Amino acid sequence: PPAHSCNDWIGPPDKHSNLRPVIFYVPPEESPLERRLREARQEAQACDQRFWARHNRAFRQEKEEFIYSRLKAKGLEMRDEAGQKATLNAEEMADFYKDFLSKNFRKHMQYNRDWYKRNFTITFLMGQVALVRALRWLRWKKKNVGN
Amino acid sequence: GLFVWHLKNTGIRQIPCQFVHLCRVANNRLITFQYFNFLKRMYVTQYNKDLSQRAKPKSDSVASPFRELQQLDQEKKVIHKIRPILPVHQPLSETSSRNVLREVKSAAETEDSVTPVRAESKEDKEWKEMKLRLDDLPGILARLSKIKLTALVVSTASAGFAMAPVPFDLTCFLLASLGTGLASCAANSINQFFEVPFDSNMNRTKNRPLVRGQISPLLAVCFAASCGVPGIALLTLGVNPLTGALGAFNIFLYTCCYTPMKRMSIANTWVGAVVGAIPPVMGWTAATGSLDAGALLLGGILYSWQFPHFNALSWGLREDYSRGGYCMMSVTHPGLCRRVALRHCLALIGLSTMAPVLDITTWTFPVVSLPINLYISYLGFRFYRDADRSSSRKLFFCSLWHLPMLLLVMFTCKKSFLEKEDKGDLLGESHGRAMEIRLP
Repeated sequence: PPAHSCNDWIGPPDKHSNLRPVIFYVPPEESPLERRLREARQEAQACDQRFWARHNRAFRQEKEEFIYSRLKAKGLEMRDEAGQKATLNAEEMADFYKDFLSKNFRKHMQYNRDWYKRNFTITFLMGQVALVRALRWLRWKKKNVGN
Repeated sequence: GLFVWHLKNTGIRQIPCQFVHLCRVANNRLITFQYFNFLKRMYVTQYNKDLSQRAKPKSDSVASPFRELQQLDQEKKVIHKIRPILPVHQPLSETSSRNVLREVKSAAETEDSVTPVRAESKEDKEWKEMKLRLDDLPGILARLSKIKLTALVVSTASAGFAMAPVPFDLTCFLLASLGTGLASCAANSINQFFEVPFDSNMNRTKNRPLVRGQISPLLAVCFAASCGVPGIALLTLGVNPLTGALGAFNIFLYTCCYTPMKRMSIANTWVGAVVGAIPPVMGWTAATGSLDAGALLLGGILYSWQFPHFNALSWGLREDYSRGGYCMMSVTHPGLCRRVALRHCLALIGLSTMAPVLDITTWTFPVVSLPINLYISYLGFRFYRDADRSSSRKLFFCSLWHLPMLLLVMFTCKKSFLEKEDKGDLLGESHGRAMEIRLP
């Protein structure tokens, strides 16, 4: 993002986590409240990034392993004569999906709880910051009008 | 929610993004007809090159699927889901106004139609300033509130209003529709607010405004509140308290029950079906002021419809659900998924037969609707037996036209309340008196 910008910038989705990274703008006179908000958002972003990158990587890896083991059991190679990657059909993959979902259930429950908590906290802080800014602007307006 | 599956080789085609304008509705038949046409155009035209398309491409539509199609060598299916108003688990019912029923992970959530825009996909790779632009706002809010799904939800509520055995009151009808629409917008926005990281990871939903940072979560919540509060107030004060209560309950059910439950237990599908069933009930109570058997029957029909619709849809999304951590029958209990879909297809036949018994329609209705109900049951049976992608798709696409057609037939077979007055003659009222009845 350009140096003169006064806003946050959001980028393209990350390759592993599919989440979009945000670069936060730090205003010169950042109030403690605003700093708390920014740090909460940064921390949330880091947590989400860690979780999803790891989770998606695990998914891809386990999927590969599953396909490999199933193909092996059937006596096939990973690539056929034409050099194309061999795949299993949807019904065979269904066993993997079911398994993966149940294995990761507790992990998701934990993440859900954390995500809801973080989401509410951040939104509430945003509300507080917005309110403070609005009051400040009103006071400034009144002062100007008075002058 | 309609999902449109696009194979890579279909190439880029103009997809009509029709937005049905449901204004100037004096005739409910027009609504259901337009709804049907709208669906038909949305989905059928994708496959039928001959149909002329009037849609103008949305300038801010999401083109994510195409980007991937162009990037990847493998075949990739782009699934766009449009949520039907019907409470599809995603679909249109989400709340009272009938939010989309479950998103289907599919389900009736109406999303932007796919528009092949190469420029968009390139833009997607750049860093964007997170500043809210006022001229983008309407488009952003439309996507936040899943406006197409909301439109479908409002049409099911209108169907409920139309089927109620009372004289048609235009003001009441408009107020009920508006209130329902606002409540639906609110519920959909909160749903998106709750699901940002999960939406980012699923193909269907990764171009939503909150995921892309086009709007802040605070603004999304404020928008939801500014739609929900007036919407429910309008329903409670402008229509009647029962409808308002149903609306508020549906918002709660959708946002606080269905949305978190999607990640906890497969029971979310049943909750979502209720969410989808409530809007027509609301339409009925708006017209009559009371919750009678007719309202429950109409709700029951929509409830049953949700299952073949959503279960068929979710059959093709198992990978995304598994990775995203969504607990859906299609992933964890595939046999149950298909059984339930078939069961409810058959239930539709039974419910259609109940309609004349409850004096809502004439006996023509079960007779005329039998072919379409049998057809969807047949597809449900095929899905149950074959359990493959093609049977699930056939069932899903059938459900898209089945519901509007069923509602349309129901409306045309509606028993005129004059007839009923005549037959019953319980109160010895004259016809003239019957015409003057105006419900509070």
